[in-house]
Amino acid sequence: MRTVGRVLRCLAPAAVLITMLAGCAADDSGDSAGSGPEDGLVGTVNVFAAASLTETFTTLGERFEQAHPGVDVVFNFGGSSALAEQIRQGAPADVFASAAPRNMEQVQESGDVTAGPVTFVRNRLEIAVPTGNPGSISGLADFGRPEHRIALCAEQVPCGAAADKVFTAAGVTPQPDTREPDVKAVLTKVTLGEVDAALVYRTDVRAAGDTVTGIEFPESDGAINDYPIAPLAAAPNPAAAAAFVDYVISPQARSVFTTAGFDTP
Amino acid sequence: MVPALLGLVFLMVPLAGLLVRAPWRDLPDRLFSAEVGQALRLSLVCASLATVLCLVLGVPLAWLLARGDLPGRGLVRALVTVPLVLPPVVGGVALLLVLGRRGLVGQYLYDWFGVALPFTTAGVVVAEAFVAMPFLVISVEGALRGADPRYEEAAATLGASRWLTFRRVTLPSILPGVVAGTVLCWARALGEFGATITFAGNFPGRTTTMPLAVYLALETDPAAAIVLSLVLLLVSVVVLAALRERWLRGVL
Repeated sequence: MRTVGRVLRCLAPAAVLITMLAGCAADDSGDSAGSGPEDGLVGTVNVFAAASLTETFTTLGERFEQAHPGVDVVFNFGGSSALAEQIRQGAPADVFASAAPRNMEQVQESGDVTAGPVTFVRNRLEIAVPTGNPGSISGLADFGRPEHRIALCAEQVPCGAAADKVFTAAGVTPQPDTREPDVKAVLTKVTLGEVDAALVYRTDVRAAGDTVTGIEFPESDGAINDYPIAPLAAAPNPAAAAAFVDYVISPQARSVFTTAGFDTP
Repeated sequence: MVPALLGLVFLMVPLAGLLVRAPWRDLPDRLFSAEVGQALRLSLVCASLATVLCLVLGVPLAWLLARGDLPGRGLVRALVTVPLVLPPVVGGVALLLVLGRRGLVGQYLYDWFGVALPFTTAGVVVAEAFVAMPFLVISVEGALRGADPRYEEAAATLGASRWLTFRRVTLPSILPGVVAGTVLCWARALGEFGATITFAGNFPGRTTTMPLAVYLALETDPAAAIVLSLVLLLVSVVVLAALRERWLRGVL
């Protein structure tokens, strides 16, 4: 019993701190709301977005907040299928941006989207090799040679499905050593030099910087991934949700996406 | 009484949820599908090999911690138990940085012997052993501390060698502790996910153990994930229950 008391006493300052921080946060939003946003948009907009949008959406969120001082953009980044499931289970989301149409369709079928989704970016696959290309990878055909160490996404996730589509179209039977649960895990194996080559999105190659070299291949035209975005039917803040979607598909947002390696429709 | 019951409910309801949502009708078909069999077999083999590795390395380590003349023993014990609290993914990253093809040690293994552990079944065993060994060490060390060293001293004065003393006197007296540790170690290895997928990757028949199969099945076929989870749950419960009846009364 005495130990419990001691633990609680240790936790008390932390609790006070958290309460204070929460108080500060509340004050902040109160202030900005008080300063009177001219567009009438206030409150929080909860954006559920695919993990591959982390960098671009974070930038866009900051710009959106600057343009609309009354609004707080809060992101929940994750795998598209997991996010779709959270939305279907009633998570309080205003906007959903998916890395694959399939996950958006699931949300549409369950009636959580009213306005039709818009494709706002496209992503294509690129071969990623460690800097210096130790395996001397030159194209898709190298993925069929067992002497190379190869990482691919699992068939169950969008980047794996796209990869399989590319290989089928190219007539190559890949010889992967591992099929990872998400694209970032694949990229990690390349960054660490544990594999000679992998198929990831072009945006992931860009995001990895100097540690990874990207090799484009012509067959990537055959498996381009569309990213749909839509405001959600049960959005707690429908006005801000609509404004955020409009901002993401606006010409101002386009340069952020193209810099990151996305194609824009 | 009420909090106790709430605690029980909290632990049992998720397991009951698995049973309720299980696709009972096509369960047999799914259960005897090639993928489930492959993943289950691999899981059982890897967990068992990892447990053997833990026994070979862990029992001497426990002996050192309990009886050895070791400077900074407290610190060593703390380090040994780090994998218990370390997020398994972090363990996997650490293993990759050390034993990977470009790792601190791994690069020499690869250059000299052509051995690379990531993406191999041996890699799964290493990852599982890394995460599970503390369970064995702690159990065996506890048992050694509880055992009376006078019997060993008596054996020694009667002329028994150290090995004979260990085998005939020490080991029998700590056997329940060793068995308990072995079971915990095996169960932990069987359920290992984070370190395995990070270090050993995921390839059917080679590195896809049951927990990995569950995680990936959830992406496309939740019913398959439930079936796999049920199998894992059943195996764990049966083993824990059976061994508790036979060996572990009063230990677990």
